[in-house]
Amino acid sequence: MKVALFIPCYVDQFYPQVGMATVRVLEHFGVEHEFPEGQTCCGQPMANSGCMPEAKPLAEKYIDVFDGYDHIVAPSGSCVSMVRHHYDAFFDSSDEKANRVRERTLELTEFLCKVLKVGDIEGNFPHQVGIHQSCHGLRELRLSSSSEVMTKRPDMLRGLLDNLNGITFSKLQRNDECCGFGGTFAVAEEAVSCMMGEDRIRDHLDSGTKVLTAGDMSCLMHLEGIIRRQKHDIRVMHFSEILAEAIGA
Amino acid sequence: MSHPTLAKGFVNNKPRAQWHDKALWFVREKRDRMAHGVPEWEELRQQASAIKIHTMSQLPNYLEQFEKNAKALGVHVHWAIDGDEHNRIVHEILQQHNVKRVVKSKSMLTEECHLNPFLEKNGYEVVDTDLGERIVQLRNEPPSHIVLPAIHIKKEEVGECFHEHLGTEKGASDPNYLTEAARNHLRERFCSADAGITGVNFALAETGGFVVCTNEGNADLGVSLPKLHIACMGIEKLLPRASDLAVFLRLLARSATGQPITTYSSHFHGPREGSEMHIVLVDNGRSGILQSPEFRRSLNCIRCGACMNTCPVYRRSGGHSYESAVPGPIGSILTPLKTPESHSSLPFACSLCGSCTDVCPVKIDLHHQLLAMRGFLDRKKLLGMSKKLSMKFVSGLLSHKWMYTTAGSAARTALRWLPRFAVYNPLNGWGKQRELPEPPKSSFRDQYAAHKKQSGDKS
Repeated sequence: MKVALFIPCYVDQFYPQVGMATVRVLEHFGVEHEFPEGQTCCGQPMANSGCMPEAKPLAEKYIDVFDGYDHIVAPSGSCVSMVRHHYDAFFDSSDEKANRVRERTLELTEFLCKVLKVGDIEGNFPHQVGIHQSCHGLRELRLSSSSEVMTKRPDMLRGLLDNLNGITFSKLQRNDECCGFGGTFAVAEEAVSCMMGEDRIRDHLDSGTKVLTAGDMSCLMHLEGIIRRQKHDIRVMHFSEILAEAIGA
Repeated sequence: MSHPTLAKGFVNNKPRAQWHDKALWFVREKRDRMAHGVPEWEELRQQASAIKIHTMSQLPNYLEQFEKNAKALGVHVHWAIDGDEHNRIVHEILQQHNVKRVVKSKSMLTEECHLNPFLEKNGYEVVDTDLGERIVQLRNEPPSHIVLPAIHIKKEEVGECFHEHLGTEKGASDPNYLTEAARNHLRERFCSADAGITGVNFALAETGGFVVCTNEGNADLGVSLPKLHIACMGIEKLLPRASDLAVFLRLLARSATGQPITTYSSHFHGPREGSEMHIVLVDNGRSGILQSPEFRRSLNCIRCGACMNTCPVYRRSGGHSYESAVPGPIGSILTPLKTPESHSSLPFACSLCGSCTDVCPVKIDLHHQLLAMRGFLDRKKLLGMSKKLSMKFVSGLLSHKWMYTTAGSAARTALRWLPRFAVYNPLNGWGKQRELPEPPKSSFRDQYAAHKKQSGDKS
């Protein structure tokens, strides 16, 4: 199995430890991996701003760089959802290469659960964890049940952490409300964005969260930014970092 | 004014914004409990969506069928191409009947066409009879929500407003007392009205009849006493068969307020003896939307308001920040479609969380349409120079690996060495209330290369 790592641009530059934790988790499960050097960004910031002509060359680059792999794995539901759900605007539905690469692009928990079919994971993480359900993983990739839809789905992230020794989970008032990041929204609508973030953090503080986690570093970047400014006693970790620490990888 | 500016004004009064958010979240949670109580909820949504998609694909035929059947019931049918024509038609009908006083139940269409100010200008007394609508009317402001028009107003403020306009006791805020006062005040208006205007929730092609849903019974009172009933509807309100109502009436109230059904679902099939019934069918841009594959599904909306209740941005920014008769996610599609120049910030008043899409009872892919709407604005050259240029620049940067890695490295180095005041300045919108990430010395790609080398050395 030939697996390519798709490390989102902001993770590459600002959160290398999340990428490295992903690498260690994959190695723990015996997955051989490569990091195609030509990758930069999937084009989401431009597409989300409405600038489709500016996003197109990046989408084309993505498909070129990642063709030829069995799976392309990313520690980010949002970027994966961009590739899988929003590349229609750039490629014809009969474009086999684009279809192949898009289908094979998976979010990390999705890859662990669906492809590797990882069951209970042995490890220690004696902390109270608060899961932030990132919207794109939740409602675009359906990695868990959203509270609006009555169809029940397994929570992949929680399922992977569930068996760790000593771990407990926070019970939130609003299980899956958006954190307020939303890409350029975080700056364009700064006031609402920060109020949303503060409200999410308040819910976690009230529920006793000690470690805040998610499958998307972008949501965590925003929440961590507020947590650090307001000096709250919450450690922010990407899900892959928790897993890597728990299994001692 | 743009949405971010108006939203900031609302958020700045934090206790109030929090109170507004909680009030709407309460409704959203009620909706969740109600939806959970219907095991076939998702099938109902699927069916509603299918019925609407089908109806829209055959809309001209169903409209003709509706007109024919309505006329057979003795209803006068009028067609209006836009809001102005709608207002003119209503005015003419009122003139023909020598009407002076009108009672009107809630109708988003008349709000969209600005019927009230038009009629008032022409010398009519128009009284909104829905309690929330009456409150905002007395305060001389537009509704802030399509189902809960006065959700942004506290009961103490209603007390002040009623004290001024209805003569209630100063400082009174007891909801029962205030409602009773409004009831008595409205009763006088019902009794003295010469005409009743209502909206339409669902019109039935098969029968030529229509249904109006209210929780206060005010629509029924408004059209039962006067001898003239004018119903105003957008052409998208049509359903093919009477039996389709079973699907929509179950979804509407549960999605809107978390009730099993609205208190009054009144069916109108022709005028009473000695009375007249008119229906004004309004296009006002709808047939244009129908031609657009990208945005056609926004016409499936049944105006339940669930997308507003669930929208984390709407809940915190308030309905007035949208400056639109229909605010929230669905309004951020419908309004810029009609007036892109003046509402270009609305599709961006959205974090793309997708909650609106998942809550929508007719399965409109709202957040995808909001995203598409941003591209629509770009094609109309309405994105704004600074946004467009910065995106062009970033796209160029990210298209070349060496430029991207060099810029990344430079940014990380700068962030590590620059003094705080140089990074956290007024130009940095991120840093106003948030810290930037702590810049690492090396990027992932460098660490990965080192890791590979190390594991290669080992083996």
